[in-house]
Amino acid sequence: MRLTLNIWRQKSPTDQGAMVRYSLDNVSEHMSFLEMLDVLNEQLITKGEEPVAFDHDCREGICGMCGFVINGVAHGPRRGTTVCQLHMRSFHDNEELFLEPWRAAAFPVVKDLVVNRSAFDRIIGAGGYVSVPTGSATDGNSILIPKAESDMAMSAAACIGCGACVAACPNASASLFTGAKISHLGLLPQGQPERHARALNMVAQAAVEGFGNCTNIGECEAVCPKGIQLENIARMNRDYLVGAITYREPQAEAGAG
Amino acid sequence: MSSSATSPARTARMFDAPVAKKAVMALSGLVLFGFVLVHMLGNLQVYLPPGPDGRYALDVYGETLHKSALVLWGARSFLLLTALAHIVSAIQLAQLKNAARPTAYVKQTAIVSTYASRTMYWSGPIVLAFLIYHLLHFTTGQAHPDFQHMHVHENVIKGFSVWYVSLFYIVAMSMLCMHLYHGVWSMFQSLGLAHPSYTPKLKLAAKAFAAIVAAGNISIPLSVLAGLVK
Amino acid sequence: MALNSRTPSGPIESRWDNTKFEMKLVNPANKRKYSVLVVGSGLAGGAAAATLAELGYNVKCFCYQDSPRRAHSIAAQGGINAAKNYQNDGDSIYRLFYDTVKGGDFRARESNVYRLAQISVNIIDQAVAQGVPFAREYGGTLANRSFGGAQVSRTFYARGQTGQQLLLGAYQALERQIDAGRVKMFPRTEMLDLIVIDGKARGIVTRNLVTGQTDVHLADAVILATGGYGNVFYLSTNAKGCNVTASWRAYKRGAFFGNPCFTQIHPTCIPVSGDYQSKLTLMSESLRNDGRIWVPVKAGDTRPPQQIPDSERDYFLERIYPSFGNLVPRDVASRAAKRMCDEGRGVGPSGLGVYLDFAASIERLGKQAISERYGNLFEMYERITGESPYETPMRIFPAVHYTMGGLWVDYHLMSTVPGLFVLGEANFSDHGANRLGASALMQGLADGYFVIPFTIGNYLASNKFEKVSEDHPEAKAAKAQVTGRVEKLLSIKGKRTVDSFHRELGKIMWENCGMARNEKGLKDAITRIKALREEFWKNVNVLGESNDLNQSLEKAGRVADFLELGELMCADALDRKESCGGHFREEYQTPEGEAMRDDENCAYAAAWEYTGDDKPAALHKEPLTFEYVHPSQRSYK
Repeated sequence: MRLTLNIWRQKSPTDQGAMVRYSLDNVSEHMSFLEMLDVLNEQLITKGEEPVAFDHDCREGICGMCGFVINGVAHGPRRGTTVCQLHMRSFHDNEELFLEPWRAAAFPVVKDLVVNRSAFDRIIGAGGYVSVPTGSATDGNSILIPKAESDMAMSAAACIGCGACVAACPNASASLFTGAKISHLGLLPQGQPERHARALNMVAQAAVEGFGNCTNIGECEAVCPKGIQLENIARMNRDYLVGAITYREPQAEAGAG
Repeated sequence: MSSSATSPARTARMFDAPVAKKAVMALSGLVLFGFVLVHMLGNLQVYLPPGPDGRYALDVYGETLHKSALVLWGARSFLLLTALAHIVSAIQLAQLKNAARPTAYVKQTAIVSTYASRTMYWSGPIVLAFLIYHLLHFTTGQAHPDFQHMHVHENVIKGFSVWYVSLFYIVAMSMLCMHLYHGVWSMFQSLGLAHPSYTPKLKLAAKAFAAIVAAGNISIPLSVLAGLVK
Repeated sequence: MALNSRTPSGPIESRWDNTKFEMKLVNPANKRKYSVLVVGSGLAGGAAAATLAELGYNVKCFCYQDSPRRAHSIAAQGGINAAKNYQNDGDSIYRLFYDTVKGGDFRARESNVYRLAQISVNIIDQAVAQGVPFAREYGGTLANRSFGGAQVSRTFYARGQTGQQLLLGAYQALERQIDAGRVKMFPRTEMLDLIVIDGKARGIVTRNLVTGQTDVHLADAVILATGGYGNVFYLSTNAKGCNVTASWRAYKRGAFFGNPCFTQIHPTCIPVSGDYQSKLTLMSESLRNDGRIWVPVKAGDTRPPQQIPDSERDYFLERIYPSFGNLVPRDVASRAAKRMCDEGRGVGPSGLGVYLDFAASIERLGKQAISERYGNLFEMYERITGESPYETPMRIFPAVHYTMGGLWVDYHLMSTVPGLFVLGEANFSDHGANRLGASALMQGLADGYFVIPFTIGNYLASNKFEKVSEDHPEAKAAKAQVTGRVEKLLSIKGKRTVDSFHRELGKIMWENCGMARNEKGLKDAITRIKALREEFWKNVNVLGESNDLNQSLEKAGRVADFLELGELMCADALDRKESCGGHFREEYQTPEGEAMRDDENCAYAAAWEYTGDDKPAALHKEPLTFEYVHPSQRSYK
């Protein structure tokens, strides 16, 4: 099949950037979307043009490195699929496609379709963990967790941090990402001691990073390649509000000995 | 833990976070929704026949509401403050939204979201503009050529007899319907209340309430224009 | 230089405890005076960086991805082994040790493997405490499954995303330390050389992949946790960015390379569909628990699978290995599939595939049950191939998955360069010649959480460290070399793309140093790789500049190193005159076509020393002795 591609080309973070049109022949329906771009890039290099930069790594939909917007939809038309696992059979001959990077103030463009998502790391660093230094754990089975809760936690933990939720959100909000981690840990007994502090800190960090607010629109849930649900955002809101209302100033630690 | 949470001015900081602003939106929205619903029910008294003393039910109702100045102005101030909170939060959230995506997509396609949810920032101001007109029209009378203080029923009939006034009311109520269509469900989510078995029912109920409020209110100008209410 | 594996003696159960007790400790107040560089942020690197920072060391951590959470450990599906014996089915530390030594075809160090089995139980506890959502039973206890042919249920799992969840656990611990300022993280940064000063590893040279800036980072010790080198085959289940560069630079600075030819070929991957193919996708081995593997009895049978009656199907694993059937270890299953395809009985458009059929299980257990177990895998398969495994059998073919070889390390996980420690898949590891399923996660985390914190402390406490600066001649020389190489790659401006070289190298490696190897093929491969390397340095075309994000340039540097590694792998495969585990030499097989080990002459770990670009690497042998698990032929019949 034959495709017309309009791809966002931007040389550097400070460059203006613009859509550039390419046409590509002999696209096989068995190719993944990224393999199609590989073919385009090989052709560009041979012609002496700089290849299109795009992030990718595992190409099996789990590392979360890849992702861009295809025809206005983050990760393209197939639900529950990252662009690396999206195959060309989802498109038809002579289709015209528009490829753009995730767009958000908190995700500045690095080059072409590559954006900087380190804001996500800082949100996790603000509280997306259980403070348990290596070696301080009790026996695994000493913490009993109802299967249903463990399953819910797992569903929330399945987030791959790709950023599609931010990209699809009209407000460029990171609520689904943040809510997924707050839910994952907040649902488990291990996460209880820091549950509310975690919500307060992670939400605050998301705001510092410049992500927008959630207006409960639901586009994030629809484009999420791992099916993370909107309910996680409600859980985040709940933990945040309870945490904020019941907040107490930390007490000074008494010196021992 | 990062330092952001442990600073002393907790309450002030708390409202910095979008989550808290959304909670303010939700709580104020809840109050305003309650008001709109009761207001609509009150309005429906326009359909009641005049009492034995020949007075219209709506006029009696109006009088009852005005009995105590304290209650009246208490309620009015409360509603005004609530509306202000709703509006201020909305403005702040809109600013956040614009700052969060400075460069727009060349192409953006919505795949699941409702038109209503994406247009809250439009339906809201339109409802606000309507509200101001509505107050000038039926409460203070500046926008009503034949306004008579406390003659509520007559004011309504005369007001709605002008077709373009009625049309504006109908359009505004459709906007309110859309606003509630998303807002009534959304406030539960913003307050952290969601559950796979209740949320779908809640969404249905929200839609029903939005439709009821709008239908109740829209029926009045329509009935006046059709000559069903005199 | 003689190899000293520093393997402890005494009863195997107490070797690690004794070693820990004998090791020197660094006083808590002194830990912050030491700095450690951790290259790689996967299970091993992430766990090590977080743990060392918790202890108080100054840590810098580097990864080429945009976030430490993306390391390829994330892609491990099946699970992680631990000798918890929660199922009361006869498991023990000793049994896990035994299974691993035997599964590795007696080419691993017994002491290391025993330690791994001991530590396995702590890993589960640590991961649970971090909030890793392992599968649970209804009573709330941890669930287990049997995996990869093990006869006990000792595998812990989190749906089909165990690697992801364990990595996120380590990543979160790491982010906590980054937020606390105890780890400085350098994402999108690639290590391009090792700095050795006065015989000790004292730093690295890195390139910032966004700005192109070359930097020197100095420290008291360097940890490489940079994963495996399966991408030398171009097509593998590894992530596209996985590379050997860090290890290879270290090799060229004096770290010996251990058993480079030991590669694991995973039997259940989705077959190649065309020339544009960029990677291979693994389907979890757990599928073999309920799927039956078959090919048509007749060669060249092109009927659709549903039209081939049962009598004309050859369920070859069940036929050849009646007692283990479809659950034979990976190397055995892979080779059997290859034999079927060599006989012309392979399926699919390319003839390189065998069926993995769920029809019988669906009939026996119902579609619902199968969907609960493998739903996500079936979906993944359908996304990629457009075929539904509920209706038509999956087509699978072996693919390169893991490299047991890597930098040679002693019991302390230190390489032959003092102060250079190597963890996880990057070291030549505890898996011998073949890794058992669900053991990679175990090893990565064992190294990172529970081994390195002790052994690096011992190293730091036992040595004096002169203050070194970026102006040290060694540091300057290494940095100059890195920039020179980058400039060189950009200046060639030839005709061929980097990928075309990589593909060609991959093809040579797969055909000659893949599932089956022979003397002629390996010699031929060495000649061809040399020629290809020469052409690369004359004819590669790398566009763009060195001072911004240049993905072609990144790839070019990595492929240049693969072009050297490939030759060493072939040399190692040529030298090892036996068949063992993932290394199958056609000259050394039983009449039935099974691997024939030579314990008499080949019970050693090969450690290759770099002697110069134009000279062949020098082979050192670390003899392997087996005091507890006595070598026997692995039989799965």
